[in-house]
Amino acid sequence: MWNVALALLPATAVALWQFGIGAAIVLTASIAGCMAVEYIINRFMLRRRFTLANGSAFLTGLLLALNLPSNLPVWTVLIGCIAAIGIGKMAFGGLGCNIFNPALVGRVFLLLSFPMLMTSWPLPAENIWNYTDATTGATILSILKSDPAAASSVGMTAELTGATGGSMGETGAVAILLGFIWLLWRRVISWHIPVSIIASVAILTAITGGNIAVELTAGGLLLGAVFMATDYVTSPMTHKGMIIYGLIIGIITVVIRRWGAYPEGVSFAILLGNGVTPLINLWCKPRRYGETGKRRAVA
Amino acid sequence: MKTFSIGGLHLPENKLTAGQPVERLPLPAEVTLLLSQHIGAPARPIVKKGDTVMRGQLVAEPSGALSSAIHSPVCGTVSRIDTVKTPQGLSAEAIIIKTDESRPDALCSLSPCSDVVEATRAAGIVGMGGAAFPTPVKLTPPADTQPDTLIINAAECEPFLTCDHALMLADPDGVISGIRLIMQATGVNHCVIAIESNKPDAIKLLRRLTASIPGIEVMIMQPRYPQGGEKQLTEAVTGRMIASGKLPAAAGVIVHNVATARAIHRAVTLGEPLIERIVTVTGPALSRPGNYLAAIGTPLRTLIEAAGGLPENTGKVIIGGPMMGRAAATIDSFTVKGMSGILVLPSDLSSRQPEEPCIRCGRCVSACPMGLEPYLLSTYSRMNMTDEAIDALVANCIECGSCSYVCPSWRPLTDFIRIGKQRAISVLKSRKQS
Amino acid sequence: MHIILISIIALGALGIIGSIMLWGVSRRFHVDEDPKIGLIEQLLPGANCGGCGRSGCHDFARACAGASSLDNLICPASEPGTMQKIAAITGLEAKKSDEPKVAVIRCGGSCDKRTRFSAYDGPASCAVANSLGAADGNCPFGCLGCGDCVSACKWHAISIDPSSGLPVVDEDACTACGACVKACPRSIIELRRKGPRGMRIWVACSNREKGAAAIKECKAACIACGKCARTCSHDAITVSGNLAYIDPQKCRLCKKCIDICPTGAILSANFPPKKNISTTE
Repeated sequence: MWNVALALLPATAVALWQFGIGAAIVLTASIAGCMAVEYIINRFMLRRRFTLANGSAFLTGLLLALNLPSNLPVWTVLIGCIAAIGIGKMAFGGLGCNIFNPALVGRVFLLLSFPMLMTSWPLPAENIWNYTDATTGATILSILKSDPAAASSVGMTAELTGATGGSMGETGAVAILLGFIWLLWRRVISWHIPVSIIASVAILTAITGGNIAVELTAGGLLLGAVFMATDYVTSPMTHKGMIIYGLIIGIITVVIRRWGAYPEGVSFAILLGNGVTPLINLWCKPRRYGETGKRRAVA
Repeated sequence: MKTFSIGGLHLPENKLTAGQPVERLPLPAEVTLLLSQHIGAPARPIVKKGDTVMRGQLVAEPSGALSSAIHSPVCGTVSRIDTVKTPQGLSAEAIIIKTDESRPDALCSLSPCSDVVEATRAAGIVGMGGAAFPTPVKLTPPADTQPDTLIINAAECEPFLTCDHALMLADPDGVISGIRLIMQATGVNHCVIAIESNKPDAIKLLRRLTASIPGIEVMIMQPRYPQGGEKQLTEAVTGRMIASGKLPAAAGVIVHNVATARAIHRAVTLGEPLIERIVTVTGPALSRPGNYLAAIGTPLRTLIEAAGGLPENTGKVIIGGPMMGRAAATIDSFTVKGMSGILVLPSDLSSRQPEEPCIRCGRCVSACPMGLEPYLLSTYSRMNMTDEAIDALVANCIECGSCSYVCPSWRPLTDFIRIGKQRAISVLKSRKQS
Repeated sequence: MHIILISIIALGALGIIGSIMLWGVSRRFHVDEDPKIGLIEQLLPGANCGGCGRSGCHDFARACAGASSLDNLICPASEPGTMQKIAAITGLEAKKSDEPKVAVIRCGGSCDKRTRFSAYDGPASCAVANSLGAADGNCPFGCLGCGDCVSACKWHAISIDPSSGLPVVDEDACTACGACVKACPRSIIELRRKGPRGMRIWVACSNREKGAAAIKECKAACIACGKCARTCSHDAITVSGNLAYIDPQKCRLCKKCIDICPTGAILSANFPPKKNISTTE
């Protein structure tokens, strides 16, 4: 868990650099909120031993913050924390029992409940000292949604360094890739899920005639593919299953981006992928030693 | 370099005693021969209190097909037949023989026997890799199988253990002679000696000595746990898998431990029954870890004393390797035929971490060399869901401990799977009967 | 206006179609069940403890309704007279119910009495501890104290006494369903006759080793000296396999064996307090 938090360090740094004070407030509120909700539920409702030390509540808070715009009021963030930890995790029985990624449950809950707040993206760099009063603008994906021809107006440098509008953690592609390399090197995750998501998005974008570079670096795709979809609890166990899961997420993402009502679909795609994970686990059994194909486990 | 294809781990080797010569321990003042040193029924004692016995004399005879004979490793008198503790702390019958210091330890050799299988049975040889399965049974493959390859298991994939390595360096000729005897007995004319690449001196030595012998080849294996498992080694060497519930012979191979091969050599050519073995006594805090040649029935304390005595901060004494071995409940116990090592671990290395919830990371699934899902099996076992566990192939588990080793939540997966497997096997047996 | 009308008609039509489908399915897959089963099930405790040997109360009720004789069917967990009521429903003769039984722990190796030579730090499960060997107690037959019986008991009748490390049976809550007997990997728990006013005497030891070995492992071990068997004037005590056993049918509760036992391995329950006699439960 702490390894993943460490891998998020570059992305968090980019968020603080680009979005300044707002990012700091949302980050603090989200992490503190998630840990507090977990503590309260454990202490007063489940009456179990505390589980803060394993870092999962910290990580959920961090991921949730990185999925929010930096001008979100604190009370909204706290509602997100309650949804993430309370509904997304503890309602299922705590760590290891949840079906859906808690941070995404929180984000999608906020996105559906407060669509205005959640889609007014502060412009980076010029808002270092502004919080809720930050000037906002559209993200590259919403520009694309309304006017597909405008894609070329956005520079790739901005996309890679995070100097563009969007959720706090999703804008700096380079920072996320640094985290990805760290996770691979520490063997926290395997390459299967991120690569299959990114590859399927790239291929589908190419088929449907989109701008591959923009589709890959824009929005929450990288953050989702590297940090959200790879969550152990909600992703399949076997490598074969992981690839199928990644393909499902990639396809749904492109479908939502192209034809859906929302400009961005990674969150929904990952949640849907989480939903089919138990089925994938049931189908994709590891290669058995000394078993002929006839006997199939019925679990 | 070859290795097996499903799961597996690369473990830190920790072979503290690698390359150390075999040191012979003096005969203990008293040996305690457990009657149950092997799989199958305990041996039946044929001596009584007060009898004098010679070194190598039969003291207990096999009481069934899977049972095995036991011989005295010393000249002396039977002082009693009594209940003693096994290393696990359970009670077991044993013959206790007091060594007679005055008498020369001349060997009372076995009656010469040209038939290798018979000689092996008379010598009480069991598999010396740890399972202690009677060797004569393995030397007579069922009639409907046609084994074409003999695999000599010298992988020694468990960390810390070096007894097979030391044996190959100390007596390579004995090993090769034993291999030829096994080939002769089973009619197999192709033999592969499988050695992991972390024992280059043994590979070089055996390559040189077997260069002129047709049919015997030394194969270098990539170090990987549990390569020394019979099923894994068979697949690594031949590419064939042993079907569940079948013997290796069904896949056309016979697997023997390298120490077993040497024991067969000594039984057939020298007439010496299995009365001693090499035990690796090791541990990071021991002052003189080493490979000791000890008589069967030597007290564990004697072995640990030889290695420098039990250190202050000892947390656990493990019989066998760190992965498959069991923590001893008492060290007031005795060496048996299948005991390959004694591992003395300090308390900071041996204590169990408190268990955390399963986060379904799937590491146990990728590590399992049998391609099972340990997280599921252990849950089934905890919930007493035997039927589901049988469907998820719990009976295939080889209890190698890889899943417990990789679990980031320190869950005792192997412990629970083991009891689930026991339940499943008893259910499967009763199903077969009805 | 017509939007509302259309919605009402559309939703109403959907509802009707759905209900027709449900009706059809329930007709198609209807299973005729003996009405007796429901009646019998109402009499049963409904805890699905498995004490009857069936997979649950419903299964037991089905077995009763379909049986030609109630001889082998007994619900140990229900209150007395239940089998008679079931017999009345099925029109069969109920076997005269056995005397009430209760689970007793045949181990008296409390923390101060048994020697320990190692510490067990594995998972808190008796089954696992037993599979790994002797665990922390020296006695390979005695209670492991991890509480598999506690978690097996659906009636919350067993708890581990922290001072002795042994399970304690709450005899009012115990229904003698036998779940703990099955759960104990060392077969320490026995279902015994509850006895008149709950008075009963039993040997609280399961150690089958010779006396000398047993006493080394636990001060409260039965050493099979045979004194109790010789003292008993009702021929109720037999010593076999290095262990004494008191036949509950023959025992007349005279308590002579308790006084004579040199290790205090024989325990009694629910006797009125008398001086010079220590009763332990």
